[in-house]
Amino acid sequence: MQVTLKIFRYNPEDNRKKHFDTFTVEAEPTDRILDLLERIKGTEDGTLGFRRACAHGVCGSDAIRINGVNRLACKVLVQDLKSRKVTIEPILGLPIEKDLIVDMEPFFDHYRSVMPYFVNDDPPPSKERLQSPEERERFDDTTKCILCAACSTSCPSFWVNDKYVGPAAIVNAHRFIFDSRDQAAAERLEILNEQFGVFRCHTIFNCTDACPRDIQVTQAIGEVKKAIIDRNLE
Amino acid sequence: MQKHQYEVVVVGAGGAGLTAALYASKTASTAVISKLYPTRSHTGAAQGGIGAALANTEEDHAEWHAFDTVKGSDYLGDQEAIDFMAEEAIDAVLELEHMGLPFSRNPDGTIAQRPFGGHTNNDTGKPVRRACYAADRTGHMILQTLYQQSIKNKVKFFDEFYVIDLLIVDGKTAGVIALELKTGEMHIFQSKTVIIATGGHGRVWEITSNAYSYTGDGVALTLRRGIPAEDMEFFQFHPTGIHKMGILITEGVRGEGGVMINGEGERFMERYAPTVKDLASRDVISRAMYLEIKDGRGIDGKNYLYMDVTPDVVNHYAEIDDRKNPDGSPYRVTADEILSKLPDIIDFCETYIGINPIADPMPVQPTAHYAMGGIPTNKYGEVVVDEKDTVLPGLYAAGEVACVSVHGANRLGTNALLDLIVFGKYSGLKAAEYSAREPFPDLPKDPAAFAMQQLDSIRNSNGNENMIEIADEMKKVMFEHVGVFRVEEGMQIAVDKVRQLKERFKEVRVDDKGLKFNNNLIEAWELSNLLDIAEVTAVSALARTESRGAHSRDDYKKRDDKKWLKHTLAWMENGGVRLGYKPVHITNYKPKDRSY
Ligand SMILES: Cc1cc2nc3c(=O)[nH]c(=O)nc-3n(C[C@H](O)[C@H](O)[C@H](O)COP(=O)(O)OP(=O)(O)OC[C@H]3O[C@@H](n4cnc5c(N)ncnc54)[C@H](O)[C@@H]3O)c2cc1C
Ligand code: FES
Repeated sequence: MQVTLKIFRYNPEDNRKKHFDTFTVEAEPTDRILDLLERIKGTEDGTLGFRRACAHGVCGSDAIRINGVNRLACKVLVQDLKSRKVTIEPILGLPIEKDLIVDMEPFFDHYRSVMPYFVNDDPPPSKERLQSPEERERFDDTTKCILCAACSTSCPSFWVNDKYVGPAAIVNAHRFIFDSRDQAAAERLEILNEQFGVFRCHTIFNCTDACPRDIQVTQAIGEVKKAIIDRNLE
Repeated sequence: MQKHQYEVVVVGAGGAGLTAALYASKTASTAVISKLYPTRSHTGAAQGGIGAALANTEEDHAEWHAFDTVKGSDYLGDQEAIDFMAEEAIDAVLELEHMGLPFSRNPDGTIAQRPFGGHTNNDTGKPVRRACYAADRTGHMILQTLYQQSIKNKVKFFDEFYVIDLLIVDGKTAGVIALELKTGEMHIFQSKTVIIATGGHGRVWEITSNAYSYTGDGVALTLRRGIPAEDMEFFQFHPTGIHKMGILITEGVRGEGGVMINGEGERFMERYAPTVKDLASRDVISRAMYLEIKDGRGIDGKNYLYMDVTPDVVNHYAEIDDRKNPDGSPYRVTADEILSKLPDIIDFCETYIGINPIADPMPVQPTAHYAMGGIPTNKYGEVVVDEKDTVLPGLYAAGEVACVSVHGANRLGTNALLDLIVFGKYSGLKAAEYSAREPFPDLPKDPAAFAMQQLDSIRNSNGNENMIEIADEMKKVMFEHVGVFRVEEGMQIAVDKVRQLKERFKEVRVDDKGLKFNNNLIEAWELSNLLDIAEVTAVSALARTESRGAHSRDDYKKRDDKKWLKHTLAWMENGGVRLGYKPVHITNYKPKDRSY
């Protein structure tokens, strides 16, 4: 079958304005959108810019907008599309570098701002720190995050104000706040209680829909909000 | 052109590179350079587990782990290094836990462990639970944890910088040259030491579990600088890649009780490995699959088989095998347990082939997976450059790019992640130690000249050869002739073909002439790396007239210890490949016949 892709183009090194190019390629129903981008790049236009690595949805390189929604190019198949025509754009809210490549630094800055690392200053035991399966389960969902930015860049609050830390950073804070072994929950909640923290979330659920790892992002954000409120009431 | 100075430069931000950096940066100024954002590294794709004899649910010993690894390596592994790795394993895993790694847990709160291929109780020969896991995303959790700790410890990163050359001055390491992808600008890194941790090169083959980024940059880089590559003929084909796509289905599936089934509905591994059956070493299973398919027992006579983890089938064979839980009760599974232990595998199958593995078997075929060979090192990660293991001062390698050799002719599952942590750590420590006693070497006059000239010749090539066509032809010929089974004639075809492709590559067309994110140019560079690796692999394989581990020949069916109990070294010289050999370090375990 043939599939037509309308792809957003921008290259700061040539004089052309931002525009769309259209390519029609042969495809199998089971081809990934990423396979089609590779085919276009390999046979039609080597200058097409996009990122990818693992090609099976675990590295987080290739979040893009496919027909207006955030997805990984390697996790959407041709047969998942409603029509043979598809529009491909970069994710929103981050500066565009070239074609589908955006500047990820602001995203990682937000991530780094929430202390996304394990803190426990007690001397470690000679064996592992014990944790029950139930305690482990408490934060299982948010350990799945691959930092692809699909959630944060689907969030209207983030589009309105890019100072908002965004869902991905909150998910990664959640992963530690609810880890029974960690000791820095209070500091993280403090950070997320600030002006551009968790209360910018208006429960729109775009993030949950966008997450390629099926993380219940909105729920995780809700749990963090609740932890802050409970703490403020104490 | 910008210039930087660090005592230690780590190339690569996967499990090996990040571990090295965490250790080196404790005492030495350290920078990590990575072509990908660190969390995009392929370590994140690892699924099943990391091996350590914690003995959390049943008896196990570091010595058993060591012996299993030697046997798995088909006796080509260096035993001193293997002993070292097995002993260090326990601390390595505990240290990851102390860094916060969210391992799955046993009811008593200890780290959960599952059986994996080739890991056994040395008394009974039966599978042992040695693979420490976090569901089926163990590598993801390792990579995330190490990156998180790097942020905490303020490690300096140069993300999306592509290393294209290694500087050696008067026989000592002096730094690297890197291209900043965002700007196209060249950067000179002057350093006392370089740790290469660039991962593997499975993109040489048509069907692979490996990422696009697995293009052998580290080995190609050192080959161009006159350093040999070791044991390149040993490349692992993992038995269970998703049919046609190559995406990995972890061996953990078999650890949880999954079985391989042929077109006649038979659990065929019983015939090939009567004791451990579906948990035999990978080379053994991939060969069995090849033979089943060749004899017409593929599914519907086609070139794939089934991996079945549906609860009924698991429980049926668990009963036949009399498999027990650690508490002595019969081993039985439910659909929910499978789902909670293998969520990603189930997601991959649903996404890519529309199959739910809890209800239906998965179609699988062998997939190019792991490089046992690579840059020769000793057990401290120091690069050794000749038959006498002479150290090149200041140069280190760790992870899949390195050949210590702890994996020999065939790696056991869970030993790669372990290798990253153990040898990442020691290369980091050794590099910091070396930096404390050595001054900065002087740089050559025009340090980037060699790299620039190579890069420009690709960038400015006005030829008409298409990269994708060259790559596809290489992948096909290597998969067909330097794959699971090999014969002289086929390997010769591969050598000749790859050499023709290298000629054609000189006329390759690069559409993108720009500077910013010129991925087109980078991909051409990566293809030239892959072609070098393919040539070295095929030439090394052709010369080895025996079958050992992952190198199985139809024309030389037996292992030949008299002639071939030795490591291959391959140099790229005068437009060709020169081979040499060095002895295997044998200490406790004399080579024996290998059966499972
Ligand atoms: C699907 C899959 C599942 C696996 N499962 C398991 C398992 O369960 N257990 C196990 O033990 N092993 C497993 N393995 C093997 C194991 O995961 C890998 O061998 C290991 O993660 C490699 O780690 P590394 O640190 O050497 O390389 P990587 O993690 O791949 O990192 C390489 C780094 O080098 C950088 N780099 C490469 N080239 C350049 C360059 N030119 N310039 C700058 N930077 C560069 C990259 O950006 C990257 O950061 C699996 C492998 C795969 C593919
Ligand atoms: S390429 Fe890794 S997530 Fe798509």
